[in-house]
Amino acid sequence: MESFQEKSEIIKVEQLTDDVIRLTLHSQAIAKATLPGQFVMIKVSGGHDPLLRRPFSLHRTDGKETVQILYKVLGRGTKILSEFCAGQKLDIVGPLGHGFTIKKDKPTCLVGGGMGIAPLLFLADTMLNSLEPQNIIVLLGAQTKAELEPLAGGFEKLGLVVETATDDGSLGHHGFVIDLMDKFETDPSREMYACGPYPMMRAVARKSEILGWNCQVSLETMMACGLAACLGCAYPRKYGSGYVHVCKDGPVFDSEEVLWL
Amino acid sequence: MALVKPDLQVDIGNLHLQNPVMTASGTFGYGEEFASIVDLSRLGAIVVKGISVVPRVGNSPPRVAETACGMLNAIGLENVGVERFVSEKLPYLRNVNVPVVVNILGDTTEEYQDLASQLNDIPEVAAIEVNISCPNVKKGGVAFGTDPEMAQTVTRTVRENCSKPIIVKLSPNVTDITVIAKAVEDAGADAVSLINTILGMAINTGRRRPVLANVVGGLSGPAIKPIALRMVWQAANAVNIPIVGIGGICSAQDAVEFLLAGASAIQVGTANFINPRVTEEVIDGIREYLIGQKMESVQECIGALKV
Repeated sequence: MESFQEKSEIIKVEQLTDDVIRLTLHSQAIAKATLPGQFVMIKVSGGHDPLLRRPFSLHRTDGKETVQILYKVLGRGTKILSEFCAGQKLDIVGPLGHGFTIKKDKPTCLVGGGMGIAPLLFLADTMLNSLEPQNIIVLLGAQTKAELEPLAGGFEKLGLVVETATDDGSLGHHGFVIDLMDKFETDPSREMYACGPYPMMRAVARKSEILGWNCQVSLETMMACGLAACLGCAYPRKYGSGYVHVCKDGPVFDSEEVLWL
Repeated sequence: MALVKPDLQVDIGNLHLQNPVMTASGTFGYGEEFASIVDLSRLGAIVVKGISVVPRVGNSPPRVAETACGMLNAIGLENVGVERFVSEKLPYLRNVNVPVVVNILGDTTEEYQDLASQLNDIPEVAAIEVNISCPNVKKGGVAFGTDPEMAQTVTRTVRENCSKPIIVKLSPNVTDITVIAKAVEDAGADAVSLINTILGMAINTGRRRPVLANVVGGLSGPAIKPIALRMVWQAANAVNIPIVGIGGICSAQDAVEFLLAGASAIQVGTANFINPRVTEEVIDGIREYLIGQKMESVQECIGALKV
């Protein structure tokens, strides 16, 4: 797989909520090469502190010139990133990792939680090349309506029906996004594509196992390089000894590959 | 007289390098990982991820933590083992016209002996770097690196089983680096490389737990550069064999500091994670420095510190 290191100009900064930001970057090489589920490593500081790049999944691309990332301001890295303006440049490495494997012609269910929704839009967009919209179920969850609404809008624009859940009940189902799977239990086998916090990924994996559906999960972990050099992003394998590495073997795994703790 | 091309070539024992810039073990995979971003053929040498006799799965996660101007790691020497290294990783490097230095590690002297003799027969291996300094494994590793007699025994064992140039990688977790440096010089090392990571720790206060599953890990990155530089300077004044400087090098400026302190070559480590192209930038920057200083060869720069 070919990766690139580019100085990418920020084309657009969109503040979706108080702390959720969508960045559009001019990044030709990455836009042309990337597949859904892959990620980029972004250097947020020009100096040595914070030292490491930060991983971001690709939210969208036009396939030609631009890529988008979507993130929530949570720690120091994202705080610094949030201070960048359009016209400035970011040092970006990508595309990295093993993304989603689209199963053509197979009924599908996308499950996203919080910022885990980001890569699913790119996936949905790509899927529509080989799947009818009515065969794609989109289940999205977040803390509040304010956070979820702008994210769900992207899927609706693609002509997809979106079911929602929020922690505070301000939009859709009051509870976990995983609960939304219940009403599709009697459906014939669907391919699951999931991205979100670890407890949610574990729950989706278990639910899929019970239903006998194949499930692809996108995992997140601390990583230093993203290039399979540091071997820091280890995750225990389900079968055999040793670890998979999120940056290279993932971030997308078959849920049967990893050991759920 | 303006010099267009200062001579960057250096020799580490019988290991000839087109320039003094190498990659540090464990920060550049087996080379191939960086091939789409870095022109590997421009490097002085590639030092591959440490290899053991049998594959190792490494430590439990979390294995890495970010610290101020640095990072901690406790990877636990995860590697594919010598057999798979030779059959799966080395063939790629064969086609890259750059010396391959194989970093070796073991729990016992016998394992070092085994690795040295196996690799001695492989023409693609340009030199051996003997890791006696990893802080993240319970047995062997750093124990060899902190005891002068054990360091000597390991070095002698490798020397007796290998005719290729031998670089011994030293631990900074010692009171006096010169004692260990002299010990391995006496045992037949062609060069020493230093420093490996400094033992460190980070704590998650909310969880009241160590950040790393291994509790402690090796500190690397720009945070350790002043310590590394001091140790390289001390070692350069104590031994007659070449020194390979390592520790927090992120730029040509950093690299030149090590050369001035007495290093004949340098290794770029953690910086590869942050700026995958850094090695090429360091090579270009050293050349510019030499031109600026009107030096015809990098040799003029090595140990040129005025104290």
